[in-house]
Amino acid sequence: MTPIIEKSPDGGIALGSVDRLLNLARKHSLWYLLFGTACCAIELMQTGGPRTDADRFGMMFRSTPRQADVLLLAGTITYKMASRIRLLYDQMSEPKYVIAMGSCASTGGLFQKSYSVVKGGDLFLPVDVYIPGCPPRPESLVEGLMLIQHKIEKEPWLKKAWGKLPEKSDPRLPREC
Amino acid sequence: MKPVEIHAYLQQKLDKQIEWNEGEKSTGDPWAVIEADGWVDACLVTRDDDQLAFDFLRSLTGTDRPDDGKIEVVAHLWSYSRRHAFVLKTTVDRDAPVLASLTSIWPAAVWYEREIYDLLGIDFSGHPDLRRIMMPNDWVGHPLRKDYTEQADYRGIPTSRPGYATAVPEKVDE
Repeated sequence: MTPIIEKSPDGGIALGSVDRLLNLARKHSLWYLLFGTACCAIELMQTGGPRTDADRFGMMFRSTPRQADVLLLAGTITYKMASRIRLLYDQMSEPKYVIAMGSCASTGGLFQKSYSVVKGGDLFLPVDVYIPGCPPRPESLVEGLMLIQHKIEKEPWLKKAWGKLPEKSDPRLPREC
Repeated sequence: MKPVEIHAYLQQKLDKQIEWNEGEKSTGDPWAVIEADGWVDACLVTRDDDQLAFDFLRSLTGTDRPDDGKIEVVAHLWSYSRRHAFVLKTTVDRDAPVLASLTSIWPAAVWYEREIYDLLGIDFSGHPDLRRIMMPNDWVGHPLRKDYTEQADYRGIPTSRPGYATAVPEKVDE
């Protein structure tokens, strides 16, 4: 957290870098794409609902990939769907994050031996967070989204944009699909 | 009507020989087998005959039988008006699987036949839109064939996940 350097009756004065301030704003407007491929999507809907209420962390669902920051792989992914998911991912603007929700999206899960199921979303997308479970409870999903928030907190992307940091190529290079 | 009566009735109506199989008593339905060249005619009679009136194609599936060199196609029929059911089978050659389409009789057959084409590779002649339905259009092979080997990758996506195959035994000993 940004250290408070001076307390006053109204609150205080905090000192921090612009990066930190920007990341604070970014991490509290984490919009995820309302998109599900199988039964995990039911839990995804529940996460946005009043009981778990992901809204209180600034996580809202968006209906278009162009406004979304996070792509949730909610459910079993078939080969036929994989190219469509890839299309959605490509339409999202940077910076973007991917969460593999549930065992199917993480490893293929129950359908490991199936002929039509992709054995994990990380085989064609760079996945940031894996959430185990079949399906994961809404609490787990919120925790996964919070892990993304922690990741955003540490990102020096403004420094990177100004050329202060060398541009590194992403080791999780997305595959052709 | 009971299935055995339906078979006897159908045998009267058709000049083709229809084989009858009781199946297992406790489980499953008895079935009738007809040659592939009489497949569409037999199905048309079951739908249009007033006594049979099978107005609903409940399911249409396929089974690979590599030991016999055949692929079996199974139609489960149901009649809403007469409240009776029947199972009709036919077989096609495994190496040159061609069968006449049932889409002109029951439009529900369109997707069923696409599925059988996708997974077993039977070419349904007269089908209006014979494309794959489960797998991508550029997939190689038909997954439910017993001798099917999966391609190593599909458009850059590997079809197997390393490390998992050893964790799950292929066969469990009895």
